[in-house]
Amino acid sequence: MREVAIVSFAQLPAVRRDHVREDTEMLLPVLHEAVAASGIAKKDLGFTVSGSTDYLCGRPFSFVMALDAVGAFPPISESHVEMDGAWALYEAWVRLQHGDVDSALVYAFGKSSLGDVRAVLTQQLDPYLVAPLGPDSVSLAALQARVLLDRGRTTEREMAEIAARSRRDAMRNPSAQLRFDRGADLLLAEPYLVEPLRRHDCPPISDGACAMVIAAGDLARRVSRRPVFIAGIDHRIEAQGLGLRDLGDSPSTRLAAERAGVARAKVDFAEIHAPFTHQEVLVRDALGLAPGTPINPSGGALASNPVMVAGLTRIGEAAARLQAGDGERAVAHATSGPCLQQNLVCVLEARS
Amino acid sequence: MFYFSPMSPDSVLSAPYVLEYTYRRSVGPVLGRFLAGLRDGRILGVATRAGRVLVPPQEYDPETGEAVGEMVEVSTRGEVASWAWMSEPRPGQPLERPFAWALVKLDGADTALLHVVDAGSPARMRTGMRVAARFRDERKGTIQDLVCFEPVAEGA
Repeated sequence: MREVAIVSFAQLPAVRRDHVREDTEMLLPVLHEAVAASGIAKKDLGFTVSGSTDYLCGRPFSFVMALDAVGAFPPISESHVEMDGAWALYEAWVRLQHGDVDSALVYAFGKSSLGDVRAVLTQQLDPYLVAPLGPDSVSLAALQARVLLDRGRTTEREMAEIAARSRRDAMRNPSAQLRFDRGADLLLAEPYLVEPLRRHDCPPISDGACAMVIAAGDLARRVSRRPVFIAGIDHRIEAQGLGLRDLGDSPSTRLAAERAGVARAKVDFAEIHAPFTHQEVLVRDALGLAPGTPINPSGGALASNPVMVAGLTRIGEAAARLQAGDGERAVAHATSGPCLQQNLVCVLEARS
Repeated sequence: MFYFSPMSPDSVLSAPYVLEYTYRRSVGPVLGRFLAGLRDGRILGVATRAGRVLVPPQEYDPETGEAVGEMVEVSTRGEVASWAWMSEPRPGQPLERPFAWALVKLDGADTALLHVVDAGSPARMRTGMRVAARFRDERKGTIQDLVCFEPVAEGA
């Protein structure tokens, strides 16, 4: 495999609702920041790919509008995935494996505030047997949490502690949305939202955007003092039917982790894209992380969760931390679909 | 170069335009029979080569990708494999009063169907409880032909 490294990452601080800017306007500053920090001229970037969903603003091909923020003249080579930006990164990584281009710009954006995001996410479900019943994203996550609680894989207290830790760690992350220190006892006194989930078990509704520049080996070493190499990346999916899956396990994460080589060396920390508290337990176990491995020093998706952005942000946060010298090797994870249906695992290694 | 000739208002052409899908979509041989079964007040699954019964039925075995075999009828009763209590139902959901979302494993099936249980209170819900389907009187061949599931006595 051709060596590919993340050389820069930029993100917009997530907010509950950006009243002023459109997607394109939100993207503009992060794209500029990521490209400027990469040390690669914009005109020299070989490929551009984005991740977003038209369902948030209810406008087909809305991602085409976002290209105004990139600047598509003279003509650029460009692609889009109707998925989290982490899958756009995967496409860019594959594109660089072809060997004819050496760098790529990857970005993601999501204004979750434009509609009722719990109802918008219902639209991704089976259109004949499930979506007509209108199950929302929180209810489906609650069904999964119940399976873990019934099996003794987690407890409501452990879930509350994950929520408390995430928002507490987010206090050190200026881009995070929910940043406070509220202990598990206080959280457990709150009523259920959709039993067994309380409000603290759920992610915030967020508007946000992020961007990343990746480069192949020699170019990466030339522009970065400490490029963060993608040592392994893989993604796997499970069956569409919720009742066909074992919701108390994440076999797609386990397989992706195996293929990405998570277990080949020590993991200094992990960034897990778990929008709901119990999902961190599932992914942590499926990744096979050693007990005590720090998880989500950024605060994770429980602190900010712009739809289609939060997964790529996990990879960007991990890369930024390694680039700053806080570790040598990290695992980043992104998820898509209801109840962790699809999972991407990326192993990152800093090499000075 | 093109020439633009202004038209008087009464020379503007118009035509009706109706936004519609001018076709009917087939749901296919497997889902179609499942939905026809619901219309008849029955619940059908499909058997995989390995002998598992999938409800709702799939066109292929999600484990192996193999084509599936015969449709088989399963019971309209079963047990709750997981549940979540919806204390404030949202617009468009099956019941307007509080209910439980549930994965229901019907007797004779190896997989679970997502639907709702009309239990009145979360105190009446537990994993493993027995439930029975309540069908609508007028059925049209959709998943909504099932109004909900209802708790029934143990062993029933």
